[in-house]
Amino acid sequence: MSAIYIARANEVAARSLDGEMMIMSARNSTLFTLNTVGTVIWQSADGKTTLEEIVENKICAEFEVDPEEALKDVESFVNDLASHGIIVVSDVPINPAALGGA
Amino acid sequence: MGRLATAAGQEVIIEIGCMPVQVRSESSEFLQMIAERYSGFLNPNARPVFELNVDLVAPGRITEEEDLSVRFESGRWLIERGDLRAEWEPASRRGRIMQSPNPYSIDAALRIIHSLILAHEGGLLVHAASAVRNGKAFLFAGVSGAGKTTISRLAPPDVTLLTDEISYLQRNGHGYVAHGTPFAGELARVGENVQAPLAALYLLQKGPENAIEPVSASEAARMLLENVLFFAHDPKLVSLVFESACELVSNVPVYRLTFFPDERIWEWIA
Repeated sequence: MSAIYIARANEVAARSLDGEMMIMSARNSTLFTLNTVGTVIWQSADGKTTLEEIVENKICAEFEVDPEEALKDVESFVNDLASHGIIVVSDVPINPAALGGA
Repeated sequence: MGRLATAAGQEVIIEIGCMPVQVRSESSEFLQMIAERYSGFLNPNARPVFELNVDLVAPGRITEEEDLSVRFESGRWLIERGDLRAEWEPASRRGRIMQSPNPYSIDAALRIIHSLILAHEGGLLVHAASAVRNGKAFLFAGVSGAGKTTISRLAPPDVTLLTDEISYLQRNGHGYVAHGTPFAGELARVGENVQAPLAALYLLQKGPENAIEPVSASEAARMLLENVLFFAHDPKLVSLVFESACELVSNVPVYRLTFFPDERIWEWIA
C-alpha cells in the first residue's frame, strides 16, 4: 500500500475548546467538532508524517485499538474531512505553505 | 432630534454601540423618518466614525439579487438585495446606499455594516434578546420561536431591555459589553440606548419547567455560531467570526435556559 500524507487545509479556522477541536471551513462556514481521536489526527496532519505512522505512533499508542481496524477508520475519516475541504490528502509529502488560501 | 440641515447637505448621526454613523440624504422627509425611527440613538454632537450617503430612487426592484449578497471587491464591501444596493469602503470610512424612501433598507445596511466592523474588533451581532439588570447584561440567544420575544415581554420593571432581536456585543479586554440596539423584532420596540458588561449568555428554549444547565464550551460555540448575524461568505471574515465566538464562550459563562413562559423565569436571572 502506498503512503498517505495529510495536511490541514489553509482555509480553515480551528480552535481547541475543552479538549474538543472545533474547525470551521472558511470557504462555506461548515462547522466540525472533532472527538479526541479526531483531534489527534488533526494535530498530526503536518504533511510530512504518513497516515500509517500517525495511526501507529499516536492512535494505537494512546488508545486501545486494533491497528488494522484503526487505519481503515482513520482513512475513512480523513477522506470525509478532505471531501469538506478542511484537510488535504496526498500520496506524496505536502508542503502546507504551498497550499495557498486564506 | 438630530441636526437635519448643514451647509454641506442634510444629515443625522445615529450612534449604535458607541459608533456614530452619519447618514446623509437630500431628502429632509427621509431623514425625518430615519430620525424618528432611531430617535433614542441619535447623537448630533458625536464625531462620526463613518459616513453614509443615501441616494433615494423610486420604489421597485433595485438589483437582480433575490437573496442578500455581501462581498468584498477592490477594497469595498458590496451589499445587494432586491431593495437596496450599498457599498462601503473601510479605508475611507465612507459608504453609499441606493434605496427607495423606506426605513427597512437602511436598517438592513446598518446591521450589515456594523457586523462587518464588529468582526474586525472581536465583537459580534447575535440573534438574541439582551437586557440589563443590576448593572449586568444578560443575553438570550435562540432561533426564531426559541423565546426571545417572550422572555423580553416578561421582563419585570427593574430590567432594561437592550433588544428583543439583535444583540450588539463589543469586545472590552477579556470581557464584552452589550449595547442596546434599535434593531427591533416582534415586540416592534427599539431597545434602550444603554450598555453594560456581559455577565452571561443563555441559550434559550421553551419547556415545561424552568431549568438552567451549564453548556460545554464547544457546544456553546456551536450554538452561538448558529445565532451570529453573518452576512458575508468571505474566508477572512469567517475566521474572525469563528475566533470571536470561541473567545466569547471561553470568557463568558454560557448556560442552556429552558423556561416555562411566565414571569417566574426572571427570578432566575440576576
